[in-house]
Amino acid sequence: MAQHHIVSWKLYLGILLVLCVLTVATVGVAGHDFGALNTPIALAIAVAKATLVVLFFMHVKYSPRLTTLVLSAGFVFLLLLIVFTGSDYISRNWPITPAG
Amino acid sequence: MSEAHGGPLAHHFHDLDQQREAASLGMWIFIAQEILFFGGLFGVYTIYRNLYYEAFAAGSHHLSWKLGCYNTLVLIGSSFTMAMAVYSAAVGRKRAIVGYILATILLGAVFLGVKYVEYHEKIAPCFGDGPHTGCLVPGARFDAGALQLDGARAREAQIYFSLYFAMTGLHALHMIIGVPILLWVAKNAAAGLYTPAWHTPVELVGLYWHFVDIVWIFLFPLLYLIGHH
Repeated sequence: MAQHHIVSWKLYLGILLVLCVLTVATVGVAGHDFGALNTPIALAIAVAKATLVVLFFMHVKYSPRLTTLVLSAGFVFLLLLIVFTGSDYISRNWPITPAG
Repeated sequence: MSEAHGGPLAHHFHDLDQQREAASLGMWIFIAQEILFFGGLFGVYTIYRNLYYEAFAAGSHHLSWKLGCYNTLVLIGSSFTMAMAVYSAAVGRKRAIVGYILATILLGAVFLGVKYVEYHEKIAPCFGDGPHTGCLVPGARFDAGALQLDGARAREAQIYFSLYFAMTGLHALHMIIGVPILLWVAKNAAAGLYTPAWHTPVELVGLYWHFVDIVWIFLFPLLYLIGHH
């Protein structure tokens, strides 16, 4: 049977500090104009933060493979949702009218 | 979990580890579903942000990135105290569990308090006979002048604020639902129910709380930091 893996509180404190630094960083980079890269940079930082929370605070790093599978399934379907809806909007030649 | 059976092990499980894995798997399936629940809104956001970028940037610039950043730090702090509550349960520090859960609730309340201030300044001007200067609730009283927008851009900005209220509102609702669950777990922790061998409810409410934190990690840059600031 899988034993409880106890993560040291020092690691939690370290993760907290990294998350705070990344939060300040995301505000910092928003003050600079990277052109088309603005959004990818902001999302990359958010993904890095979310990954730290998932792996350590939510213990996925120490959980059964099945947990990773279920979580991945959620993200795969989210990707399908956004990519397929987006590709429909991009490829369909319907007139986009201003809101209202 | 019935005490009548002389412990936390329900009679249909082989042992505590099996019971814990079953409960944990159920929680993860719920979280996968939650990803898609919020995902619909993130999908709508992606489409409209690409269609109406200018209006979205104007709406975003009107939000206070300072309050958003402050709240992000508060929520990350509450995730830390939540992780420490689970840690305390795992190492058998029963009183520390209660302390850390109460700290988590307190930080959650601070977050919701800031959210209230942000909502209030956008909603309060919409009431009364007018002029509704600064009203940012989509509808007839929406004050696009506050965003220096007019015409089509003014109407498009209402879509930004619809998404702002829907996404932050759904997120805040999750936190409001989390607070009584945390209180219930704190009560049981105070009664000494959770041991290093079995503290699954603390772990599961932790997973929920961290998930809500992750949603905000994405909402903050997507809503507050659109475009060059």
